[in-house]
Amino acid sequence: MPKTSELTGVPRIVVNDIRKTFVLRHTHSFKEAFIAWLRRKKLTTVFSALDDVSFTIGEGESVALLGYNGSGKSTLLKLISGVLRPNGGMVLTRGRVAGLIEVGAGFHPDLSGRENVYLNAAILGMTRKEVDANFDRIVEFAEIGEFIDTEVKHYSSGMFVRLAFSVAIHTELDILLVDEVLAVGDAPFREKCKAKIAELSSQNKTMLVVSHDLDMVAELCQRGIVLERGRKVYDGDVKTAIGEMISRGSSK
Amino acid sequence: MTGSQPTDVAGFSVPGRSRGLLDVFGYRYLLRLLVRKGILTRYHGSVLGWTWSYVKPAAQFIVFYLVFGIFLDLNRGIPGFPVYLFSGIIVINLFNEAFSNATKSIVDNAPLVKKIFLPRELFPVATVIVAFVHFLPQVLILLLVCLWVGWAPTWIGIAGILLGALIVVIISTGLGLLFGAVNVSFRDAQNFVELVLLFATWTSPVLYSWTMVRDTVPAWVLEIYMLNPLTAAVELFHEGFWLPTISEAVERPDSLWLNAFLALGLAIVLLFVGQFAFRRLEGRFAQDL
Ligand SMILES: Nc1ncnc2c1ncn2[C@@H]1O[C@H](COP(=O)(O)OP(=O)(O)OP(=O)(O)O)[C@@H](O)[C@H]1O
Ligand SMILES: [Mg+2]
Repeated sequence: MPKTSELTGVPRIVVNDIRKTFVLRHTHSFKEAFIAWLRRKKLTTVFSALDDVSFTIGEGESVALLGYNGSGKSTLLKLISGVLRPNGGMVLTRGRVAGLIEVGAGFHPDLSGRENVYLNAAILGMTRKEVDANFDRIVEFAEIGEFIDTEVKHYSSGMFVRLAFSVAIHTELDILLVDEVLAVGDAPFREKCKAKIAELSSQNKTMLVVSHDLDMVAELCQRGIVLERGRKVYDGDVKTAIGEMISRGSSK
Repeated sequence: MTGSQPTDVAGFSVPGRSRGLLDVFGYRYLLRLLVRKGILTRYHGSVLGWTWSYVKPAAQFIVFYLVFGIFLDLNRGIPGFPVYLFSGIIVINLFNEAFSNATKSIVDNAPLVKKIFLPRELFPVATVIVAFVHFLPQVLILLLVCLWVGWAPTWIGIAGILLGALIVVIISTGLGLLFGAVNVSFRDAQNFVELVLLFATWTSPVLYSWTMVRDTVPAWVLEIYMLNPLTAAVELFHEGFWLPTISEAVERPDSLWLNAFLALGLAIVLLFVGQFAFRRLEGRFAQDL
């Protein structure tokens, strides 16, 4: 059962019995397929990446999505952002969703930082007015100064991520999905991002954070959901969730 | 909210649902930026830049003119052959460019398609618009040449030009949606399209006159030939650009306008088919790329 007891008002994200399967192809050419068929080998297997996961996230909650590699965290975020579609079950969201599934996905290396800010902000759903109003703040937060008119391909990888993150964080949003993006950037910038996320959280924004940085997650979130091979195995207080994940990991 | 997602239960929406091409209008600003990106990055790093948009068709024109106009002596068979030739070439160029780029558009934008939800129709539509922008300098050159040889535009001719361009744009959007979607799982689509485009120049009256087809093939083949929407578009361009520049009497296809409207109808059908196939396959884009 989803934990709805402590929710006040209407939830922001409802995930109901969601299932996601991937078909894994074992052959990649007609010849291979034909040989496999002759030998009566299976051409495909169905892999279940998420199995009957349900939860509800209320307004203003910050939830950590925990689990080891391949447990289905990114898949779940993609289902919530609409990039993937579930094979069963239902996802509902209320409000504007901004996914930091991967920052800078829409960056074009041949365009200047400025052009990329406008393009990416529009990709994330901002209107022209919103970008114009936020442009200086975006550049200032990214701390890239005079490089704003340089082509993005000449940026260092840290600068690239800073700008991309800065655009994403300045979009008008109700729900923020964060996947691993905080692992990049240097320590001062990470602190700044953390502060920014905490600030959004205090503005009653809803957040779903995936990160392997457990200390940071414990700091930013109150609630934790643990996934293990596509199944939800724990949902509750974040500290307990982290303990649960670690003990399950070591008992394997 | 952009207000584009259908709402289910009191303010809730199902992520990942879109209304297809209709949603593209809701994302006009992004579409504009995508087109801008396409235009800005097209000749990035080249010194001549957009001059290439003039150089390429000019070179193409010279080659065809030498071979067909002079060596094969079509200069004598078709009055005003240079204008005839060029007005056909640019139609085919528009089609080739729009169709082949739209086919590759989803795969080319893989990082975005995989990471962020957007109405994916944006990508083929943006590439078709970029192709159209690219087509305009060629029209400009043609226009100058026409004026130079004494073009007296007629309203009906201009209507023909616009209708021809509209047919080509709609067809390449429809086919681009269809093949662009298939191309995600089967990159064969992209090669198949290149093969189709190889034929496009030769299966419409660009380098020769439609009367040569009529004189050699049975009536029913001619019928099919004239029903090719690209043939209709090319003939509309001939009607608008070439016909007013010549003084000789030439034989024009009997049912030019009927064929043109049939082509428009076919183009619209193709657009629906493309959109339908696109929506059927769209659910798999993010995981197959
Ligand atoms: N498009 C796809 N096609 C096939 N299998 C996929 C696809 N996407 C994900 N998977 C599989 O689904 C499982 C879950 O992947 P997912 O990316 O959600 O893991 P994760 O929890 O984010 O892991 P990590 O901590 O490494 O980021 C993996 O086994 C992966 O191989
Ligand atoms: Mg992941």
